[in-house]
Amino acid sequence: MGRLFAIEIIYRGIFQKTLARNISRAIVLAAHKEGKPGISFGRYGDSPERNGIPAKSFAIVATDDVTLEEGMAKYEPKDVDITICVDDTLAKGVESWAWYGLQPVNKLLKPGGTLIVTSRLEADPIIAMCHRKETPYEMAILKAIPSFSGLWVYKDDHTDVRILGAIAKILPDLFSLKSVQAAITDEWHDAVKVTSAARAYEKLTTVTVKPTQGNPEVPFKFDLPKWHEMGEGIVIPSIPAGHKMEDPGTHATGGYKPDRNPTFKKFSTRTMRPVVDFDTCIKCTLCWLQCPDSCFDVTPEGLYDANMEACCGCGVCEAVCPVPNCVTMVNESSFHDNASQWVAWRKDKTNYKGWVQEKIKGHGERSHGFRYLGQYEEQVPEMLDIATKG
Amino acid sequence: MAIATVVEQQKGTEETALITGSEAIAVACKLADVDVITAYPIRPYDTVMQYICKLVANGEMDCEYIVAEGEHSQFEIVKHASAAGARVFCGSSGVGWMYAMEALTVTPALRIPMIAMVGNRALDDPGAFGVEHNDALAVRDLGWQLVWVDNAQEALDTALIAYRVAEDRRIFLPCAISCDGAFLTHSQAVVKIPSQEQVNKFLPRYNRGDLLLHPDNPITVAPQGNEDWVMEIRRQNYAAIERSYGVIKEAYAEFEKIFGRSYGNPFFEEYMTSDADIVLMGMGTLSTPVKVAIRKMRDEGKKVGFVRMRWFRPFAAEDLAKCLSRFKAVGVIDRDYSMGSPYNSGVLATEVRTALYCGSGAKPPVLGFIAGLGGREVTVPDVEKITASVQQAAQGKTQPLTQWIGLRE
Ligand code: SF4
Ligand code: SF4
Repeated sequence: MGRLFAIEIIYRGIFQKTLARNISRAIVLAAHKEGKPGISFGRYGDSPERNGIPAKSFAIVATDDVTLEEGMAKYEPKDVDITICVDDTLAKGVESWAWYGLQPVNKLLKPGGTLIVTSRLEADPIIAMCHRKETPYEMAILKAIPSFSGLWVYKDDHTDVRILGAIAKILPDLFSLKSVQAAITDEWHDAVKVTSAARAYEKLTTVTVKPTQGNPEVPFKFDLPKWHEMGEGIVIPSIPAGHKMEDPGTHATGGYKPDRNPTFKKFSTRTMRPVVDFDTCIKCTLCWLQCPDSCFDVTPEGLYDANMEACCGCGVCEAVCPVPNCVTMVNESSFHDNASQWVAWRKDKTNYKGWVQEKIKGHGERSHGFRYLGQYEEQVPEMLDIATKG
Repeated sequence: MAIATVVEQQKGTEETALITGSEAIAVACKLADVDVITAYPIRPYDTVMQYICKLVANGEMDCEYIVAEGEHSQFEIVKHASAAGARVFCGSSGVGWMYAMEALTVTPALRIPMIAMVGNRALDDPGAFGVEHNDALAVRDLGWQLVWVDNAQEALDTALIAYRVAEDRRIFLPCAISCDGAFLTHSQAVVKIPSQEQVNKFLPRYNRGDLLLHPDNPITVAPQGNEDWVMEIRRQNYAAIERSYGVIKEAYAEFEKIFGRSYGNPFFEEYMTSDADIVLMGMGTLSTPVKVAIRKMRDEGKKVGFVRMRWFRPFAAEDLAKCLSRFKAVGVIDRDYSMGSPYNSGVLATEVRTALYCGSGAKPPVLGFIAGLGGREVTVPDVEKITASVQQAAQGKTQPLTQWIGLRE
């Protein structure tokens, strides 16, 4: 048996699909320069054509064909040398369209493996978002926005080749910087991109993440039923209608909280979530009416509390709310739990006001795409500058 | 019966009528008080829809009768009606049945006890009307129960039995009743019509229970599922069709008790087999020339018998292997083809070989014969020719494993 190398790329459909594919292709091509066979593929059960849906690509490389075959004799790799996460909000976990619960972003990493995250944040807040892992691993932050590199309407920001340069540094047995640069020249015929790969190689630093660091929460998972435990005829009983809500202070009941599927929850599909200022809400019902996923729980006093186990982060509620700054979409990296905002508001309104101000200030950042007109023109040249100068 | 000719009045309420196989099934639908029927014309199936239409128009039958714009919709409509608790009937022939294929595949997956009549017809091209069994056989792997009948009385009785079996909560799988085009669908015979009281006693109301699609029972039917769910769903359907074997037996026993007519072994009919050296096999109306030929050959001292398969799904493999192990050779006449299959035999011959291979008893040689395609007549001399070859095989002489009979060559 020779040596097997496995790398996964975690991305969001559909705009990062080409980026992920370009990275996994180039990994195989660079390894090929050194005579190592490899295969690049996407996880078939994912739905990478859906906007924002977490998905995976893999590059499997080996020192010989027989070893490669051993590595490919499974649906997807069970452990990887490197995990690449090209959208930092996915540090919270991977919620595939082919729902298996929430998979921690570092789940497949071998002990001592490296998690590369493209982000404008520092390592610490990213580590806080990742679930804890029993064995230590390395984390490398590549300063970048969640890139759409490779998408034809998107100006290239070199995220793809920077990641390739970083891989050459982390896993020199897989391929050298020279091989990566040769593969980049073959694929892109672009000398500047070759330079960007070298910059990433030179500048890369990693930090060790200890088992005591990270989100201590046990990621949500569920057991699949046996065939004779399942209902027949592909029939699923409906979720019960719902019930009244209870005020945490007065214990008064009222309003309406729909019951939701206890198994199929929403997690990292969302890149942003609504922050609601209950003090300015005029109870117009529009957010409740327009939300595509029936996320809003109606409180006893007739306010609308977005439930974060149902929200997909579409932003419709923000768009329809007639009151300025009453509903503001905020990047997921600003939150560490799915707790009810209304409960927090009922407990301490002054404190809540401060919390809202803190969340919406400067965090109106979308991870997947652009938040306002002109943001693209601002950010892409900045990214390109970081890439070429390092 | 306002339309059928009542030829004689039998003890009490049982009447007789001179009707075709298709009309016999229409009468069964009336007696079963079917709720929703969909239609789209194609020969020879259209004979059943025309007759039901008459029964409705004459006020003898009360049902929703919907003429769809094509076979796909025809089968989809009854699928949905059945999910909502209606007893349904549907049917088609040849390429019409194939046009409905997508609906036919989802019907067993959703555990819909739809009863369909297939007026067996050759698949296009060249657009022949005559019988071939490939249309109905196209669903053999999907969870459909499949039965072939060879006379109008059996058609009526089997339709009633099919409702009882399909709608049994242990089963909830569709059932197609195959009737050979022309020979059965277009020829009239005297049929005993059971009384409504007897039928009511035999056939309980369809109760979809927890799977009922109704506002009082809110459910989701057929959500998308991935590889985490598919095997379990298929396994459930295996369990249902496995149970079907026993439920069919129960239904025939109960049928005999209530209607006084026995079919013996429900799964296959044995004709002059008790002392036979060799047997022929087949499905549907080719039983007529085969039985005539056997009687002729018996007069000549040849010990030939016949085994006519009724239920093709579920396939009573163990029973059949046990039965066939008594003979020195078996000749299977297929009114179908299976291009490129093992030894290029027909579908039935291949299944019979499989049943025998895994059976515990003796394994006589099985010769396959392709005959009567597109409605071509299977003649008595054809059967004699087949028998001669099977006799050779019984004596240990090598014979071709598949032979085309009645072909211009
Ligand atoms: S972001 Fe979309 S899904 Fe979430 S609460 Fe608002 S409208 Fe509903
Ligand atoms: S849309 Fe805005 S103002 Fe209207 S109910 Fe929702 S949060 Fe309140």
